[in-house]
Amino acid sequence: MNELASTLQNLSAQHKFYTLIGGVAFLLALASLIGWRLKARLTKQSSEKQQKIVHNLVSRVNAWWVMVAIFAVAFLAGKTGAILLFTFTSYFALREFMTLTPTKAGDHRALSLAFFVLIPLHYYLIYIEWYALFTILIPVYAFLLMPSISVLAQDTEDFLTRAAKIQWGVMIAVYCISHAPALLLLQIPNFEGQNALLLFYFMLIVQLSDVLQYVFGNLFGKTKVAPIVSPNKTLEGLIGGGFSTILIGAAMWWITPFTPLQSASMAAVIVTMGFLGGLVMSAIKRSLGAKDWGSMIEGHGGMMDRMDSVSFAAPIFFHLTRYFFTP
Amino acid sequence: MLASLVRFSLIGLVKLLVGAQARWVNAAPNSEQSIYFTNHTSHLDTLALWVALPAEIRAKTRPVAAKDYWGSGIIKRFIALKVLNAVLIERTVTRHNDPLQPLLDALFSGDSLIIFPEGTRRAQAEPSDFKGGLYHLAEAFHNVKLIPVYLDTLHRSMPKGSILPVPLICTVRFGGEISLLPNEHKKAFLARAREAVVALI
Repeated sequence: MNELASTLQNLSAQHKFYTLIGGVAFLLALASLIGWRLKARLTKQSSEKQQKIVHNLVSRVNAWWVMVAIFAVAFLAGKTGAILLFTFTSYFALREFMTLTPTKAGDHRALSLAFFVLIPLHYYLIYIEWYALFTILIPVYAFLLMPSISVLAQDTEDFLTRAAKIQWGVMIAVYCISHAPALLLLQIPNFEGQNALLLFYFMLIVQLSDVLQYVFGNLFGKTKVAPIVSPNKTLEGLIGGGFSTILIGAAMWWITPFTPLQSASMAAVIVTMGFLGGLVMSAIKRSLGAKDWGSMIEGHGGMMDRMDSVSFAAPIFFHLTRYFFTP
Repeated sequence: MLASLVRFSLIGLVKLLVGAQARWVNAAPNSEQSIYFTNHTSHLDTLALWVALPAEIRAKTRPVAAKDYWGSGIIKRFIALKVLNAVLIERTVTRHNDPLQPLLDALFSGDSLIIFPEGTRRAQAEPSDFKGGLYHLAEAFHNVKLIPVYLDTLHRSMPKGSILPVPLICTVRFGGEISLLPNEHKKAFLARAREAVVALI
């Protein structure tokens, strides 16, 4: 056991990455196989609910293949690839948020600038590793300047509501999500050159937490946690999915700067924040009158449906790592 | 070669910008000759509808565009004529020309069309009154299907006068076909056609 652990830990970053991608591909192949088996076992007698669950499972797994492929290619392209990937992720997430948000003609210029100036600039700051400006660009400068641009249109109707919604969208879709690739700019002693693995670890834990909560929820789910906000979230799903994710998190310590115990705690934080993110974003989605954020990702809904837990977990994971593991 | 390259990039750009996802409401894509008529709110309308059409239908569907704008300048002309295969029409009626003639010619040769019966762009969710062109085309070609289409969010994406668009997801809703009833009056038909678009909101 110890031998295996030290062998894994001593692998080069490159080899660790291939091991991980191989592991994920293996899991997906397994999921595809299960999906096919379930689909083959569906009969005319199967209830509509069963049919729906199995078809949704298959399209979700298919979408995962595509997402993992894009993720892997972006990672192989290095830092630039990973940052570009998240730039587009933020762009699509913000596009979904603003599509559902009732803005007015007076917000047009501020919104255009948010998409075409703010997003590229914010991610460029990660690229050039200008940490100080990265942390305040959106909460300070964009917060003050976006309503300043809108106000020039002199439309006071719902002004506060509009300004607040635009700021919320930009915070979630750009600022919060960008804290995932921002892991690349942390300077962690004895972990030089391996930050991409930390980003991989984070994305793996967030998404595994979602997937396992979905699986446990569908298999054993009875008690609804928040039936009005998010009818699919169950206590059984949360506990089963959450604890298995934490166990996997502990087992993944060798790709992180953490000890197994620290890695389990980090995974627990990611699971908790991801769960809360799912709830809050679902409440926002419903208050905007929609069931899904979009339809970009077959079986999952929109980009924001996939990134809701990332947006809440990324900033906290980033800052905990920065506070405890960088000098 | 160049035209198909530009066409391919244009489709990608439109999808990146406004998504242009098709939704067929109580209807299915049909490759028979059709006139798609829709609300007009922005310069992106033509492109969004054209991109949303299934490729094999898109290949024989021609947008209708104003000659004074699209016919001027090498690049605009190239995009209108070679990339979109648009039918260019005069916006002003004179004694010697019938602005509808190029459309009738296109329909006669079997093409499908994308038209904006309001005539001009308006920054609002609901279409305003339809002009007579749609009626005359329907009257001349009884067998061509008339498909109402509604483009949402584009009035927010790129209202008249804006330089940069705001990327919002546009859902292109296609409705079930309508047809000109025997002895139906022009006004009644145009009101009904408009209602068919409004019903998709």
